[in-house]
Amino acid sequence: MSALGRFWRRARRSRSILYCGGMLTGLVVVALLGPVLSPHNYLQTDFDNILRAPSLVGGHVFGRDDLGRDLFVRSMLGIQVTMLVAIVASTVSLIIGVVYGAIAGLAGGRVDAVMMRFVDTLYALPFIFFVILLMVAFERNFILIFVAIGAVNWLDMARIVRGQTLSLREREFVQAAALGGVSFAGIILRHIAPNLIGVVTVYLTLTIPQAILVESFLSFLGLGIQEPQTSLGTLVDAGVNHMENAAWMLLIPAALLALILLCFNFLGDALRDVFDVRQAR
Amino acid sequence: MLRYALLRLLGAIPTLLLVIVLAFLMVHAAPGGPFDDERALPAEIEANIAAAYQLDQPLPQQFLRYISGLVRGDLGPSYRYRDLTVSDLIGGAFPLSLKLGAMAMLLATVIGVGAGTLAALRQNSLLDRALMAMAMTGISIPVFVIAPVLVLLLAVHLQWLPAGWSGTSAGGRFVLPVVSLALPQIAYIARLTRASMIDVLASDFIRTARAQGLGTFTIVRLHALKPAMLPVLSYMGPAIAAILTGSVVVEEIFGIPGLGQHFVRGALNRDYTLVLGIVVFYAALVILLNLVVDLLYGVIDPRIRQR
Amino acid sequence: MLNGMKYLRILLLLAVAIVASACTEPGNVGPQVSTLHRGLSSDPESIDPHKARSTQAAEVLRDIGEGLVGYSATGTLVGAAAESWTISDDGLTYTFRIRDNARWSNGDPVTADDFVFSLRRLVDPATAAFYGQAVAAIVNADTILRGEAAPSELGVTATDRNTLVITLQQPTPYMLSLLTHPSTFPVHAGSLAEHGNEFTRPENLLSNGAYKLAAWEPSSVLHLARNSQYWNNAETSIDAVSYHILTQEMTELNRFRAGEIDITSSIPPDSFAQVREQYAGQMHIAPYLGVYYYGYNLSKPPFAANASLRQALSMAIDRETLVEKVTGRGETPAYSWVPPGVDNYEPIRFSYAGLSQEERNAAARRLYREAGYSEQLPAEIELRYNTSDTQQRIALAVQAMWAEVLGVRTTLVNEEFQVLLANIREAEVTQVFRSSWIGDYNDAHTFLNIFEAGNPSNMTRFENAQFDKLMREAAAQVTPLNRRLYLEEAERVLLSEHPVIPLYFFVSKHLVSSRVQGWGDNVLDYHYSQHLSLATGQN
Repeated sequence: MSALGRFWRRARRSRSILYCGGMLTGLVVVALLGPVLSPHNYLQTDFDNILRAPSLVGGHVFGRDDLGRDLFVRSMLGIQVTMLVAIVASTVSLIIGVVYGAIAGLAGGRVDAVMMRFVDTLYALPFIFFVILLMVAFERNFILIFVAIGAVNWLDMARIVRGQTLSLREREFVQAAALGGVSFAGIILRHIAPNLIGVVTVYLTLTIPQAILVESFLSFLGLGIQEPQTSLGTLVDAGVNHMENAAWMLLIPAALLALILLCFNFLGDALRDVFDVRQAR
Repeated sequence: MLRYALLRLLGAIPTLLLVIVLAFLMVHAAPGGPFDDERALPAEIEANIAAAYQLDQPLPQQFLRYISGLVRGDLGPSYRYRDLTVSDLIGGAFPLSLKLGAMAMLLATVIGVGAGTLAALRQNSLLDRALMAMAMTGISIPVFVIAPVLVLLLAVHLQWLPAGWSGTSAGGRFVLPVVSLALPQIAYIARLTRASMIDVLASDFIRTARAQGLGTFTIVRLHALKPAMLPVLSYMGPAIAAILTGSVVVEEIFGIPGLGQHFVRGALNRDYTLVLGIVVFYAALVILLNLVVDLLYGVIDPRIRQR
Repeated sequence: MLNGMKYLRILLLLAVAIVASACTEPGNVGPQVSTLHRGLSSDPESIDPHKARSTQAAEVLRDIGEGLVGYSATGTLVGAAAESWTISDDGLTYTFRIRDNARWSNGDPVTADDFVFSLRRLVDPATAAFYGQAVAAIVNADTILRGEAAPSELGVTATDRNTLVITLQQPTPYMLSLLTHPSTFPVHAGSLAEHGNEFTRPENLLSNGAYKLAAWEPSSVLHLARNSQYWNNAETSIDAVSYHILTQEMTELNRFRAGEIDITSSIPPDSFAQVREQYAGQMHIAPYLGVYYYGYNLSKPPFAANASLRQALSMAIDRETLVEKVTGRGETPAYSWVPPGVDNYEPIRFSYAGLSQEERNAAARRLYREAGYSEQLPAEIELRYNTSDTQQRIALAVQAMWAEVLGVRTTLVNEEFQVLLANIREAEVTQVFRSSWIGDYNDAHTFLNIFEAGNPSNMTRFENAQFDKLMREAAAQVTPLNRRLYLEEAERVLLSEHPVIPLYFFVSKHLVSSRVQGWGDNVLDYHYSQHLSLATGQN
């Protein structure tokens, strides 16, 4: 049985993975179907009915916000956007990190030293500052948000991948392939990459919550997703202002956000057990 | 040793320069200028101001001018605060951000390690589950939700603590911001410590110590704590970065005039020099700190000195 | 391993030291002084009256400085540094008599020379003063600003220590109102010479107002202390004033509720109903000299040369609903450009101000069709506004109204404030944009002059020869009545062209703690701290 097969079997037996994986999938499904099935849409304002509490009568199950818009549909949209941002941003940092780390690990020697020194210096630089500058300079472009957040997280990934690649490089099958004349790129694709999946998956589930939090920070500062689009972070930020007179505006998006973050964190823990990944230096 | 330090410093210059160039370009790329306002300026006044701040010169020239000032230690005048220089502003804001961050770090480490150790010692008990549940909550709820809730509860309704920063100079005004900032880190560190401590407690030499009849507290203090702290130590770097990110939000919420708040306001107001100054200052600080830490390790551990 | 622990120990000791230093900060020590705590929505950009620009800076400057004239607690124009003045018959010469007992905070007398020096500095190009234009009416002011004449040629002279003479290029009836503006406040020449750019530091700054600057923590708080040398110090009740910089209205409200702020600069719209319930007696809403409007870019399609469309869109907006449901803070709907309450002026209104909304909607539809649009061929419009909850709510409401009444398809674009301003100035991409205009002084001129061709604040690029002619004629009039007639006619012309959609007139909204006495609502929203007092027995 291949390594992948083994991992899959162990994953299936873990309760955390089943529950959390199921929960997340369920949320995504509801988030996609909800707006389609609901009679309300996320844009429709109704100034006669602002800040109405949730009620089954009239079909506003999550209540209305300060412009009279249906909170259920907006929350679902928020989930969609939040998940999208998180996944795309993490994928960006994944790609950059893996490529960078793999090259550094494989090349070794001085190239590796220079590349990792670069990472070390960048490591503690105030990336949040650069992200803010990016958002200000290029005007909160929807695509830019993904790139900006992704760029914040690639360093961790690069370090991990480089460490793994270094150890993998010494293994026999890699050395055999190199001797056999397989190209640099070939080695990466066919031998290194599949063995990275474990580590990468775990870290992916950990960078996604980080990406979500950075996006909500940006929304709080007014630099994130712009109206009429919305994300869970934006909804929570708006809800904070109505904590006392319309608590559902805060509680519902905050609960959904917390749920998603919790699921990813638990998932990460469980996957770490499955792939047997230790705390890498 | 000295040669090593000098080499490192020299090696850091290209990185620093890269940072400055990037920041400079991004700040100037932002549409709108520092002196735009609804009340538009008459042409001659605009010309006067542009001349006074050298904004009418081509960009490369402005850049060179900035670098030459930098070398002399002059970070330039603030565009937004016409009476103050960037050095004035950073000099006032940095000690504050430092205090805030340091206290949050301290709180996070002490409580985090303590809670994690406790949870590990009572593994799978109710206490353990409760502590870990709280930790999970700490990670999952953003600070800009926790902080306003705390303010509303403790400052506005119960009036136990000051609601804002500027209202008093008493130490009590640090409590809410530091706690808000520390909360997510307490959670991370607690989880980290617990996992690591569980591993360590299961190892052979701990079993030996127990067989020797040492009490739990003694074992933890003398034998288990140090090795278990390794992951926490490696987390210090990311923790500091996380606290910096969080401080931007916390400073905004509580109105604390720290570096984070100055930066955000500066970026939104197009205060070019202030923004650049903060980026440069912070980058230089970090590079210097890294160097100092490495040198310290070299001093402490002779094995490293041979590099 | 061991080394790591040592390192950690060192770090720990350092951290403890920092904490200790924070906790041993001095609390409030010293004798109890009565302190007023006011909220300010943003930092002043400068404490130098010539380099300041914002209304927030003006608020602080009015406490630490004083011009020739000022306003009383009831809002009437009174002498400040000047005890009396005369105006020549042709309206071109103003002679001020400076008080004998007017003093700077170091005891130096305030003289006419101080004003000469300061007004020259205001128009000197080297100062790069934002409000240099404020005194454009003075002889030679504009040539000096352009750099074509020396500042010494400004039409102000000190005939003796206490007499200041100002000569104007044309009769400017609102000149006295202009002279209450902080940019005309004096600066101490000796202090400037001695300290250079550092003369604004709290330890150096000399003040001729009721208070002096004690400390300033940028982005946090400004502390003012009583100026015992002030000529009217005996009437100043409060010893110290702290201006807390609070940019978020919600945070400011929390501070007020916690008892840490006595006067707020605003009230958050989201909590308005709640505030009205809990703090009815302490809430102050009053008309304010400002108008909130949507402007058209008249230099580009679709609004260039399409008066029917402009008018249709203006008529289709239900302003009553807007101020009642959308903004809901007591604003008044605007059917004119110049706000009510302006001195010597009777606002003109749109011809359709008296109609019901249904009638307006019907007329709007007719105009819409005349403009060439219909259900099948709807107008596609872009509406720009700056990122903010209030602007967004209004934009959404207007979008809905235009869609419902006319079938217009509006795209909403929200931008950062600086970006919006830049776009408005360039007038390349804007179609309809959100903006507002606050009057600088209590006269219709400050509202109408921005529509003159060539005015840098002419954001709509409005150009109308008849309007310009009427404005010029008004400026040349000596009698207030004649001037008023010309200005009103000019507004009539302006309104009929519909270069803007005025939506509502601003109101000033403050929460004023019940321990504060002497608060007077006025249309300029000037509240000098020296006119206020705190209820006895409370600090």
